[in-house]
Amino acid sequence: MIELAVGIFNGIGIGSVLLIAALGLAIVFGLMGVINLAHGELMMLGAYATFVVQNFFRDLDAGDGVFGLYIIVALPVAFLVSAVAGLILERGVIRFLYGRPLETLLATWGVSLILRQLVRSVNWLLTIAILLFCALFFGGMWLLRRRPNWEGMKGWAIAILLPLSLAIAGIAGWAMTGNATLARPWFGPRNLDVSTPPWLRGGFELGAYRLPYSRMFIIVLTILCLAGIYWFFNRSDWGLRIRSVTQNRDMSACLGIPTGTVDALTFALGSGLAGIAGCAITLLGSVGPNVGQNYIVDTFMVVVVGGVGNLFGAIIAALTIGVSTYLLGSGALARVFEDINSLQFVAEFLRFFTSTSMARVMVFVLIIAFLQVKPSGIFPQKGRTAEL
Amino acid sequence: MKPSVTHPSTAKSPRSKWWLEPAIALGIAIAFAVIMPLFLPVFRLRLLGRFVALAIAALGIDLIWGYTGLLSLGHGIFFALGGYAFAMYLNLQLPEGQIPNFFSLYGVDELPWIWQPFYSLPITLISIVLIPAIVAGLLGYLVFRNRIKGVYFSILTQAALLVFFNFFNGQQELINGTNGLSTNRYEIFGVASGAPEAQLAFFQLSTVMVALVYLVCRWLTQGRFGRMLVAIRDDEVRARFAGYDPTGFKILVFAVSGAIAGIAGALFTVQTGLITPGFMEVPFSIEMVIWVAVGGRASLIGAIIGTLLVRSAQTFLSEWSPEAWLFFQGALFLIVVTVLPQGLYGWFRDWAIPKLRSRLGLQPRLVSYPDIDLNPEVQQEHDELEHLDG
Repeated sequence: MIELAVGIFNGIGIGSVLLIAALGLAIVFGLMGVINLAHGELMMLGAYATFVVQNFFRDLDAGDGVFGLYIIVALPVAFLVSAVAGLILERGVIRFLYGRPLETLLATWGVSLILRQLVRSVNWLLTIAILLFCALFFGGMWLLRRRPNWEGMKGWAIAILLPLSLAIAGIAGWAMTGNATLARPWFGPRNLDVSTPPWLRGGFELGAYRLPYSRMFIIVLTILCLAGIYWFFNRSDWGLRIRSVTQNRDMSACLGIPTGTVDALTFALGSGLAGIAGCAITLLGSVGPNVGQNYIVDTFMVVVVGGVGNLFGAIIAALTIGVSTYLLGSGALARVFEDINSLQFVAEFLRFFTSTSMARVMVFVLIIAFLQVKPSGIFPQKGRTAEL
Repeated sequence: MKPSVTHPSTAKSPRSKWWLEPAIALGIAIAFAVIMPLFLPVFRLRLLGRFVALAIAALGIDLIWGYTGLLSLGHGIFFALGGYAFAMYLNLQLPEGQIPNFFSLYGVDELPWIWQPFYSLPITLISIVLIPAIVAGLLGYLVFRNRIKGVYFSILTQAALLVFFNFFNGQQELINGTNGLSTNRYEIFGVASGAPEAQLAFFQLSTVMVALVYLVCRWLTQGRFGRMLVAIRDDEVRARFAGYDPTGFKILVFAVSGAIAGIAGALFTVQTGLITPGFMEVPFSIEMVIWVAVGGRASLIGAIIGTLLVRSAQTFLSEWSPEAWLFFQGALFLIVVTVLPQGLYGWFRDWAIPKLRSRLGLQPRLVSYPDIDLNPEVQQEHDELEHLDG
């Protein structure tokens, strides 16, 4: 029984990470109807931000234990980095695709490809080239925008400025390729390790088992995030506006709520939560360009099972999926049934699914079965649509 | 003078030349299949053959995404199932009593029952089409029955893809797990399937298949069935209120699309020489969608053009620099979605050709509701009214 309890605890640890990530996704999906396939990459950005902060603290550390505090700084930094990335994504791409969910899905997948390759090959050279391009293109657009006949020449301006600034940035980048320090990638394609702060190593002994402190930390972090989100949505002005836009966008716009700003803010908030999730997963394993991909489908399942725009549904779904994946995958559930003689066949059946990948197969089957009973999640959105 | 009345039966009906399009499509395909080998080196020809096989899968995607509006991110499942079926048949082309080598690695000395049917070529050919269709139909039934749609459908197909990937990856004893099945060394009709002659035959088979699948899709999308698909895409609720049951149509079209992907997978596998669960990875399935998006949705021909263009661009760019390709691919997704929502075909149709016509001083072509004047029923009504008047 203790084993089962430990399994549930570990599952809750995984479920909490899923929950933080899924919260952001669910909020964005509930508000804008947008599935953000780049959400996993925003987690990855958070994880890389944690890595950078950790390195900075390692340099700073003079043996007085300052290093261990990096995680406290890394959390807000990861939040900010991902939130800014999300803000750019919303203002730059998603804003133009509002009301076309499938196209948004593809566009965000494109962004996720770019981000994944970006962390692999980013170096000073690329940074300089990108900054140069932005300065030329957006600077030029800004200058031209003041002309009175701007609307008439807009198409031509983009057609000329875009290739021109691309060419200049490309040539500048190519000219500097000889410089080895500039051309060295910052992170490279390999997985990087973030060392857990000393005070989170080890665990709470419980007989033959151990509850790792790092997982407890993640659980506490999740609870804090949930409390923060709850406070934000229910007690702050912007939370009220977000909720009102989620319920009825047109009516809110009529009442003077700036829906564009609400969209941008919500997207930044959701992305920031992804950043925090990214920071949390550095405690569980190494950081690589594909780290977001491991979580993304599970996160979506949380949103699908939980129902749209409902915090409570997301919590239940994330914990259920996390716990059941862990219990099935680690074989803890199979061993429980082994002790009971009459249920040997159940144990045999469960043993077939005893590996992380096979557990996923089983959980998916369970989810599909669940959706046959409740097609729109645990807590479906109430409303008078003709669709459901 | 009373104008002469055109009777519906004598009117030029669009069906009178029904054989013209199939003839043209097959003619182009055969010409392509004969001419290409003449001036392409063997290596490039193999690549082209693979692209053509992928174009078949893109046709299937166009059928369900372009026409029905269901974005499936899990077509890799059906693609790989078709591939596995054919690879299993090839792997069994051994002397009596032998079983494929890899089984000995895992201590299996008897052929698992799931392999047994693949001794026979007819059963294999049927299962290349049928297994993916059944899996797609089943998945479609479970999903569409509850009116799960839009992004939910996309996410569920993606999850299903992941599940199949995990399952195939984990089954070492059954289908060689991660390593997959290789086909190059095995014989088909007495020729090693990796040999140049066999590869040429596969290339030609692929081009003919592309034409055939294209024609099947054309046939499906014209007429009532196609109208129903478009109705589901444009307003499913209204279609339901009009008394149709979209669920059955959706399940059927998903199954057909899966079957098409299965054919594509089989042809792709024999030309690659290998099938692994990697075919069921998420990026590959999403990539299929972008071929259709680049070529132009709901145009069928766009799917073929898009696949050939994007895949060729990928080959040349990755030969130059693999990093550049990934950036380019990401940008391609963004550009197609934001700037070219109708794809290249749509751009030509809606912008480039009218623009060219106006530059040449031609009158813009007036477009009325599709063929309403040619519709026999409408004409008959028209005639009857005239009779009443007269």
